[in-house]
Amino acid sequence: MTTTTGAPGTRASAAARTVTARTAVARTAVAGLAGLVLAGCSTVGTGSAGEPDGGSDGTADGGTVTLVTHDSFGLGEEFVTAFEERTGLTLEVVQPGDGGALVNQLVLTKDSPIGDAVYGIDNSFASRAITEGVLAPYTSPELPAGAEQYAADDEGLLTPVDLGDVCVNVDHEWFAEQGVAEPTTLTDLTDPAYRDLLVVTNPATSSPGLSFLLATVGAFGEDGWQQYWADLRDNGVKVVDGWSDAYSVDFSGSAGEGARPLVVSYASSPPAEVAEGADESPTGALLDTCFRQVEYAGVLAGADNPEGAQQLVDYLLSPEVQAQVPDAMYMYPVDGSVALPQSWEQFAPLAPEPFTVAPETIDAHRDEWIRTWTDTVIG
Amino acid sequence: MDRHGHRLTLAPDPAVPPAAAAPRSSAGRPGAPAAPGRPVPPVPPGAPGAPVAPGVTGPPVATPAGRGGRPSRRIAWGPVVGWALAAGVPLAFLGFFFGWPAAALVARGFTTDGAPDLSGFAEVFSRPRTWRIVGQTLAQATLGTVISLALGIPGAYVLYRRRFRGRGAVRAFVTVPFVLPTVVVGVAFRSLLVEGGPLAGLRLDGTMTAVVAALVFFNYAVVVRTVGGLWERLDPRAEQAARALGAPPWRAFTGVTLPALLPAIASAGSLVFLFCATAFGTVLVLGGPRLGTVETEIWVQTTQFLDLRTASVLSVVQLVIVAGALAVAGRARARGERALHLAGADRSTPLRWRTAGRGDRGAAVLTAGVVVLLALPLATLVARSLRTPDGWGLANYANLGTVGDGLAVTVWQAAGNSLRAAVDATVLALVVGGLVALVVSRRPRSRSGRRAVRGLDAVFMLPLGVSAVTVGFGILITLDRPLGLPVDLRTSGLLVPVAQAVVAVPLVVRTVLPVLRAVDPRLREAASALGAAPGRVLAAVDLPIAARAVGLAVGFAFAVALGEFGATSFLARPDAPTLPVVIFRLIGRPGADSSGMALAASVVLATMTAGVVALAERLRGPGTGGLL
Repeated sequence: MTTTTGAPGTRASAAARTVTARTAVARTAVAGLAGLVLAGCSTVGTGSAGEPDGGSDGTADGGTVTLVTHDSFGLGEEFVTAFEERTGLTLEVVQPGDGGALVNQLVLTKDSPIGDAVYGIDNSFASRAITEGVLAPYTSPELPAGAEQYAADDEGLLTPVDLGDVCVNVDHEWFAEQGVAEPTTLTDLTDPAYRDLLVVTNPATSSPGLSFLLATVGAFGEDGWQQYWADLRDNGVKVVDGWSDAYSVDFSGSAGEGARPLVVSYASSPPAEVAEGADESPTGALLDTCFRQVEYAGVLAGADNPEGAQQLVDYLLSPEVQAQVPDAMYMYPVDGSVALPQSWEQFAPLAPEPFTVAPETIDAHRDEWIRTWTDTVIG
Repeated sequence: MDRHGHRLTLAPDPAVPPAAAAPRSSAGRPGAPAAPGRPVPPVPPGAPGAPVAPGVTGPPVATPAGRGGRPSRRIAWGPVVGWALAAGVPLAFLGFFFGWPAAALVARGFTTDGAPDLSGFAEVFSRPRTWRIVGQTLAQATLGTVISLALGIPGAYVLYRRRFRGRGAVRAFVTVPFVLPTVVVGVAFRSLLVEGGPLAGLRLDGTMTAVVAALVFFNYAVVVRTVGGLWERLDPRAEQAARALGAPPWRAFTGVTLPALLPAIASAGSLVFLFCATAFGTVLVLGGPRLGTVETEIWVQTTQFLDLRTASVLSVVQLVIVAGALAVAGRARARGERALHLAGADRSTPLRWRTAGRGDRGAAVLTAGVVVLLALPLATLVARSLRTPDGWGLANYANLGTVGDGLAVTVWQAAGNSLRAAVDATVLALVVGGLVALVVSRRPRSRSGRRAVRGLDAVFMLPLGVSAVTVGFGILITLDRPLGLPVDLRTSGLLVPVAQAVVAVPLVVRTVLPVLRAVDPRLREAASALGAAPGRVLAAVDLPIAARAVGLAVGFAFAVALGEFGATSFLARPDAPTLPVVIFRLIGRPGADSSGMALAASVVLATMTAGVVALAERLRGPGTGGLL
């Protein structure tokens, strides 16, 4: 930055050097560049394990298994190492996008899949994955009792791994300070008493946004939800494109301290807002406004290593992984016998009767509903 | 018409090679022969008796441009093969990693049951929404470009033509926004504008004004650096002569200086337009659902609806918009390139308020205002990163060393991944971009040759104007063991630096090109006449001079690679996620810890990139120009 204001003397002497000197500089630069090319080529290649992939070379083990998952996949190194120790396989994880994008990428690549197993398809996109034929049937012997109620299909293409509720979250402190009673139901949100207090996310760009739209479809029926959203719009609902935007900028209960005390988020969000050692949560989920999200795993059709993929699905259902699910994924384990973290027991109960919509119905109408929603709410 | 013959008679030419220029001391002796064949400098026409400011070095020189690197008229196959390779290697790189994937995805959208089907056009164009988003895209990009130019040109004047204390710091500061992650800046910006925020009274949340303001925020530096890089070397005597002949200051500026700056303004304008037309995170966060652009619509149609028909039509629309912008800029640049008066040294003069004219004062006040406006979101970002549930402190920064809940790596590890990938990307971008700049810097004699060179230049700008989603999804359907290679490139970590390099190449080209163009062709001719083979001419003449621009190019390539998010997010693997990807994941989680870490990590990223840019700026020789 300061070269142009540097001492004139040094510059003059520098310029007075001959072309030969410059050639030397250039030679050094070229040599350096060549060195960088050689060194550079290796910086990434050696940094990550097991290149080239797709082969069973290297250690004399069962080969490589590749897990395709979404951006929010939070099971880290421990998960990978434990799986590798357990099976002797090498595990690679690829995260090509968020929930909806993930399924679409699998559909695009179904002729030559980018992995062996998938984890993170949720019930709003499950039917697309099933009907597009990206999955191979596999019923895991590890499937815990009670999990069959979440089955997405009859052939065992998708295995439920975890679940969660998308609910309206409420800033308890805000309502206490204002002396206003908190809303409890979806219908309450259209009450003028709660005008301009709710922020939601766009179902076209945000997966909780889509889930909340589905909650209203579940609650008001395929013909009634449009009117509900018209009422919400008239009551000053605010729409933003992304969850992080809504939660950390608009919501008053997060660190961002926005202006709106009601936000569409997860039933599992409140524990994250509890200060260390506190025994009360500043926020909570309205359990009568929830949509049940189920996340599935499955074996990809045409996988290079279907056996490895099956072992991976089994492993996701093992008690040790199920116990990690809350902290890593902000979801509840599908295995009801697994103990939840203390803060979840306290601050993140699941909705007793969440709204649901059948996966086939979602798949048949999802795009049309999103368009109608856009016309109704955005205009 | 032979443009080159024309150039000869037109006289002044941008061909004072920085390396071969006269001594740069303020007491420089004009015309000290520093290189073979250096003529006695002629007085620029139109400036007889122009007041010569102290410190004026060798004035511009008439040169027979356009004979670069051609020793004879006979076809020598060595150079032909060499140039073919120099153009072919970059083209192969771009074609393989960018052109093929993008084209394959678009082609799939135009195929129904194996047969070509273009009915998507009629269908998509019959929707009123399509026209609305095309209009929105054009309006946003045009406004963003025009305002960036309107603010950036005075900024370039103040920061590159005037001297004052702290100028270097201000120059570094205005570059910071350019390299910041859009998602985080969007959040910082919005928390100013949102209801209850400090600027809520402006009622800008979710408006086009907010989006355009953010676009200007990101792109101001592009204009300042590009235009400033040329302006600082512009010979002031032509304008002084105009003044001496009685022209009022504004007339002298619009009649003399502005036309001379046109190539740089066109360059800056085209870069900014491309950045604005394909802005994604900014538009999504600040525009809200109401303001869709072609880019956000391609993203929604591809990732959410998998409606490739619509996405492909929109990709073609995007390509047409981008090509149009590049054509306009190319024309303006070609027109302006003929009449440059360049001096080797820094021509800036001290800025003193008391003696400054009205224009100077206006520019200074405007630039100070812009700097304050740039500082607002940045200050918000830093302040919020220092806020913790227990009050102010560095807890968020301390957390960066921990593997937070659901994060595969610490932020420092991610920063390491980013640095490693960026080194690879920078090397790739330098090699590819350097070769492109070398080829494009030639001015072939034949019309078709010149056209080919211009086309090559434009082709390498395209990655800035094509949606990352199209490329990312295209890679998925093309790069599975491509060309019989035994590697599934789609899930290979090697693609991360490649994707970053594709985006960085245009900036390398724009940085190195003006310096190579400024090489006096007579140096090459002299070398050839003395018996040097073409390769030797390159090594002895072009390379030493180009090496001076490499510092700046390294800085930009590195910064872009560090900040690249769009394409990387479709490729990055969790065992080696880059910093922007980790920031994106952090901000996607609830809790004060996560959002605090995201903000702190953004400050780290900004500091890292600004540091790299500042270092590169130090490495660059004086007066070697900016992104032209």
